[in-house]
Parts: sequence; C-alpha cells; structure tokens
Amino acid sequence: MMSEQIKKFMYVNRRAPYGTIYAWESLEVVLIGAAFDQDVSLAFMDDGIYQLVKGQDTSEVEMKNFSPTYQALGDYDVTKLYVEKESLEERGLTLEDLMPLTYEDEDDDWAEKDSIRLVSRAELADIMDEQDVLFSF
Amino acid sequence: MKFAIQVNEGPYQHQATDSAYQFTKAALEAGHEIMRVFFYHDGVNNGTNLTTPPQDDRNVVNRWSELAKQHDLDMVVCVAAAQRRGIVDEGEMQRNGKDAQNIAEGFRISGLGQLIEAGIQSERLVVFGD
Repeated sequence: MMSEQIKKFMYVNRRAPYGTIYAWESLEVVLIGAAFDQDVSLAFMDDGIYQLVKGQDTSEVEMKNFSPTYQALGDYDVTKLYVEKESLEERGLTLEDLMPLTYEDEDDDWAEKDSIRLVSRAELADIMDEQDVLFSF
Repeated sequence: MKFAIQVNEGPYQHQATDSAYQFTKAALEAGHEIMRVFFYHDGVNNGTNLTTPPQDDRNVVNRWSELAKQHDLDMVVCVAAAQRRGIVDEGEMQRNGKDAQNIAEGFRISGLGQLIEAGIQSERLVVFGD
C-alpha cells in the first residue's frame, strides 16, 4: 500500500507484556502499520523492556504468549528496535536476556543484522525528537 | 491545524476520554479540523449505546455522539479491539453470528489502518490515555 508521503513513526512501549493488553494491542498496530510503507521504529523503555525478554512462558497464567511475533517483525521491514540502556540496567537485565531479533538487509546483500539497538536515555530522547508521529502504549 | 485524536481508555473508569472530548470540542470551536477520532484498547467502550450513567453525571457516550452530529466528526472504533470487548454494529453482528448490536450513534467500526492513515494525514496525532 503506497502512501503519498513517508513519515517517521515511532511506537513507544513502556509496559510489561502481560498484566494489561497494551503491549499486545500495540504490536497489532505495528503489524497493520507495516503495510503503509512508513519509516517505522519501536522503542522499549521502562517495563516495556520485559516484552523482549527471551524464554517467556505464559502457560501457567493462561495468557497468550505473543512474544514469538516480535521475531516476525524483520519480515515486515520493521528493523529498528531501540532498547533503552538505563531501563535494562535498572531491571538487572542485559542484552543477553533479550530475544535475538534480526532482519535481512536488502541493501547489504541480505546480510543478517540485529534489529535491537541499545541506546542511552539521552540518545533515545534525540531519536524521539526526530519523529513525526509517536504512539505511546 | 489538522488534528487526529486517539482515545485509549474507556468511559468513567478513566478521565482520558473526557479530556479527549474537551480537547476535540475546544479545537473545533477554535476553528481547527479534527479529521478523525480513533478509539482503541478499552477506548472502544465509549462507542456502546448501552450505558446508563446516573442522571446527575455527564453522559460520556451521548456527548461524543452529539459532538459528532454537530461537526460531522469521523469517529472510528477499532474492529479488533471491539470484537474482544463486545462492541457490535450491524455488519459485525451478522459476520460473527451475534443476536444484538450496540454501536452508538455517530460511531463506526473499522480497522487499525484508519489509525495509521490518521497519523499520516493529520498534522498532529494527539493520544489520550496513560
């Protein structure tokens, strides 16, 4: 679906994956939005970091485990996932605790590259400042 | 200015929809354009005609309907969020084999593409919620 203009869209994820539906319904917006050929990125900060933690098992609480969907984002050309360094550290987590998320770079002979980009709080503020549209979930 | 509005919370439990309503009304009165109001998450509950609030309180749903009528507002309820929460129009009733519909006047059910389109076409997308 071609749009007349390209805008910078950022989806800001600040909440834990379970407990409320915000994270899951945010991901639904991202997947639908991917069809609109905009310049899309995602930011993960505060408890939103937990959305990307690997090894999620929701069977005991009978919630749908939607974490595998993040691994499909690369196929939707959603390849910029900014993870805020301070939020990780405040929760005693490192990049090693997150799912390995990658995409194939069509401009670089389809080389497999990391989608997750670790940025500081100050850097993320600058990136947010560059956006045209910010969705906060 | 051409605005789009996103409402992420339901009526009464949360003030987000009240703030969105006041903002929308004020923007229209100031001569701005509201190209769409999009209801998402529990915000879809603003679009049910089955609410009966106490008479001495504001009627959140009717207030939106009246504003839409006055200003020919495009008020869209997300279909995926609506299906989860039981907001049903004629088409959804038939498609999903339900025996009732409850979409309030002035609201229509459509897809998330309407939200993305609102982000693209408006000059400002203003989100109400936590």
